[in-house]
Amino acid sequence: MNVINYGQLLGLAWPEIILTVTALLVVAADILFLRRSSIRTRFIASVAIASIGCAGAILRLLHTFTQATVLGGVLVATPLVSLVQIALVILTVATLFLSVDSTFTDHVSEFVLLVLLATTGMLFLVASQDLLVIFISLELLSLSLYILAGFDKRSPRSSEAALKYFLFGGMSAAFMLYGFSLLYGFSNSTNLASIASAIHGQPLSPILIIAIVTTVIGFGFKIAAAPFHFWAPDVYQGAPVPSAAFIASGSKVASFFIFFQVLVLGLAGAEGNATWSHFHSGWVPVLVVVAVVSMLLGNLVAIVQSSLRRLLAYSAVAHAGYMLLAYVTHTQQSLAALLYYVATYSLATLGVLGVLSVTEKQIGNDKIADLAGLSRRAPFLSACLTVFLLSLAGIPPLSGFFAKFLLFTSVLATNPSSHLLLWLVIVAIAMSAVSLYYYLSVLKRVFVSDKPAEAPEIQSPVLSQIVVGLLAAGVVLLGCAPDLILTPILNVIHASGL
Amino acid sequence: MLAWTIYISLLGALALFLLPARSAPWARIVALLTTLVTFAITLTAFIQHRTGEMLTVAHCSWIPSLGISYTLKADGISLTLLLLTGVIGVCGVLFSWNIEERIKEFFGFYLLLIGAVYGVFLSYDLFLFFVFYEIVVIPKYFLIAIWGSTRREYAAMKLVLYSFIGSSMVLIGLIAAYVLAGSKSMSLGDLAGYPFPAHFQMWAFPLVFAGFGILAGLWPFHTWAPTGHVAAPTAPSMLLAGLVMKLGAYGCLRVAMTLFPLGMSSWGFHFLGFGSWRDVFAVLAVIGILYGALVALVQKDFKFVIGYSSISHMGFILLGLMTLNQIGLSGAVVQMVSHGLLAGLLFAVVGRMVYSRTHTRDLAALGPMHLGKVIPFAAVTFVIAGMASMGLPGFSGFAAEVMIVIGVWRSYPSLIVFVGIGLVIGIAYIWRALQQAFFAGSNLEPIQPPPPLPPITFPERLGAAILIAASVVVGTFPQLFLNVIHPALNSPLFQGLRAGGW
Repeated sequence: MNVINYGQLLGLAWPEIILTVTALLVVAADILFLRRSSIRTRFIASVAIASIGCAGAILRLLHTFTQATVLGGVLVATPLVSLVQIALVILTVATLFLSVDSTFTDHVSEFVLLVLLATTGMLFLVASQDLLVIFISLELLSLSLYILAGFDKRSPRSSEAALKYFLFGGMSAAFMLYGFSLLYGFSNSTNLASIASAIHGQPLSPILIIAIVTTVIGFGFKIAAAPFHFWAPDVYQGAPVPSAAFIASGSKVASFFIFFQVLVLGLAGAEGNATWSHFHSGWVPVLVVVAVVSMLLGNLVAIVQSSLRRLLAYSAVAHAGYMLLAYVTHTQQSLAALLYYVATYSLATLGVLGVLSVTEKQIGNDKIADLAGLSRRAPFLSACLTVFLLSLAGIPPLSGFFAKFLLFTSVLATNPSSHLLLWLVIVAIAMSAVSLYYYLSVLKRVFVSDKPAEAPEIQSPVLSQIVVGLLAAGVVLLGCAPDLILTPILNVIHASGL
Repeated sequence: MLAWTIYISLLGALALFLLPARSAPWARIVALLTTLVTFAITLTAFIQHRTGEMLTVAHCSWIPSLGISYTLKADGISLTLLLLTGVIGVCGVLFSWNIEERIKEFFGFYLLLIGAVYGVFLSYDLFLFFVFYEIVVIPKYFLIAIWGSTRREYAAMKLVLYSFIGSSMVLIGLIAAYVLAGSKSMSLGDLAGYPFPAHFQMWAFPLVFAGFGILAGLWPFHTWAPTGHVAAPTAPSMLLAGLVMKLGAYGCLRVAMTLFPLGMSSWGFHFLGFGSWRDVFAVLAVIGILYGALVALVQKDFKFVIGYSSISHMGFILLGLMTLNQIGLSGAVVQMVSHGLLAGLLFAVVGRMVYSRTHTRDLAALGPMHLGKVIPFAAVTFVIAGMASMGLPGFSGFAAEVMIVIGVWRSYPSLIVFVGIGLVIGIAYIWRALQQAFFAGSNLEPIQPPPPLPPITFPERLGAAILIAASVVVGTFPQLFLNVIHPALNSPLFQGLRAGGW
């Protein structure tokens, strides 16, 4: 039995503590001093305080770039985890900045509070190797996100999105918990490593298969993989833009990472084999199916969307499909590729939603048709939108292309003579050719179509322009010089030995 | 020095996008200066490196963890095509002097396209090659969709999807090759030297060759080309036919054939008379020659005639590649240059000189306009370009086609009849278009006062003169180019190919 070292626990939880305290400070400042100010002032003040807190958390994370474990995995700190946490906090800051010019709510501090609490949940989530803590932090994250999705109380769409998100989320949490309980029953432990050692060397029992399937369902919901994606289009469309951006970026990064950890650390030994001739049940065959279905369904359904946000949602399904390929091979290289992919994907998605946050306010909706002639109404935003969409489509030299290249090579490099992997890569590349069609259709509206008569120039707030511009610069920079983050990622993965 | 062709073009593009709206007319000057400078650089490089051996232009580490480096190299083949890019780039600007709508965006996309084309011809690292190859796709789309004519959005999207599908096939092959060789290097030289297993080359070669072939107008994947050419405005259609299709052919030769030479060897059995992928692609190329020429013969739209003639001429290039002997391969490279110049010139006559004045390309409607008398310069230019395109001695087309035909004679004697038929139809469709467009008005009818058309401007005359002069130079002194192409073909890069069968 371990003795709890509270000092060490506290030391590892500093970033989360900083964020929670910041969240309380934001609420206090807003209620005590800013009640009578305009919404914009309150947003600026709250976001400023929150960003300072986030900066503090990042500094702390940079400072403790070490290896540590509390209680055999309840809370771990490795360079890899710290890196993911830093990425999460950065994405949170970007989301907060995008929300500064919003007008959808007058509960400013509550909004910021929820974002920070969700971030706290994400930080705990990626830092744990214990099923219970994983589940609790996932619920902290999810509950905050449900409320964030429904934060625009004036819009029935937003409430509908929140309700759908909540119902699907509750259901999938039940599945996940059921799977976790089976795993616990099987191995007598909630620790991932102990579960793996209990599974190791044993034939796959039906209980374990059920546990695997329900766990995949639970996480598949979080990462919006088909066929567990039904919430995504409505939430992306109905939720206020900053909430949608947060759901589409930060929460995705955290979920993808922890899903990988649970499978690779906790279910090691139950991979199975999906090749036709050596078929062996396990989680790899399940993920192959989910990945292929997501790639096909996401890309094909995205073609017919008329709303840009719904299009993004279906493209998110498709991208989840590509990223699941990294799970199929689960090597260090594919983890690096997955992290690079999900990070750059989040930047691009955040960027598109950032552009939408400006245009929607002036155009009134997110119909692709209404973006006609945007390049002449808002040249800078259109240029950034081009960068984001082409990056999502995988056009070099943007980061989306390099992410795909890295992912596909890492998958194929695991076993160059495997027909299964080759076919998966072929499907993925073919589907990204399809995806270019719908991304280009959006850009066609923006650049080719004539702008509607007497359409005024779009007034874009300076701050939004700066944030969107920075995101676009990041997408271009990471594509042109991928080594900037690829080397750190590879280093920390080797150092953490996952 | 050569690397600056890329940087200057891209900087020019950037400058144009950032140009304030009120100084938009300066865009032409900026574009012309940019292309002139890059042309001067390519010309200097071509004159300086008479040996045609591999010349390292730039080399530095880019993504060390994957073994990807930023390597630019040029040999005789790339130098030749770089020079072509320089010429076409300048002429394209001259022929788009009349663009008025969204002018700085037009030239911005134009320079972006040119810069990426330079990049493809220069890159030696395959990752870099692919990056530039893909960048080409996007400006093409916008140039056609915004400034085009006849079903432009459909044509632009079709063209982009075809190119992207082609490059996806290439990407699959490249990734598979890279991974199989141990994920250590993306350099063309390293990968070409790696002994890939024969069964792997057997599927990778057709995949990558067909992927590039889509862009090179390989029958039956050519259908993007005529619609794309017709919809594109003049300068982009010159670039499309003159340069972009060459990218495909260059990729076939430089990447597909050097990486997977064994993919062209015999299958060991015969299926429908085909014994290897080489036979398959040779026959497809011949079908392309005949099909393109026959379809060009019956077109009503002047520009479609030229569009289909491109398919036919690109068929010669692909056939030249499949001969796998030195004269056939050199002929293919010279034909790339020749077709680049002549397709550019033909599209310039049809699109700029005729269509932008008459606003119709219908051959039946053009006839009564007495264009031969109204704009004699256009008629004379078209006669010259047509003669060159038919393969009259003294012009580039002749030099190239003779070499290819000799190469085919050595490798595929049975196909020579069809090639001959293709050449004859080539004369026929040019003759028909020439007659119907410019000289159809009967002399017996009383000549009505021809409708006044704007006279041919100076930039047009200059551009036409440059292209004709270039074609004559290639046609009369092909040795100038062969001197650099032969050493390139004999370099270690093509070792596998030489060992394979020639």
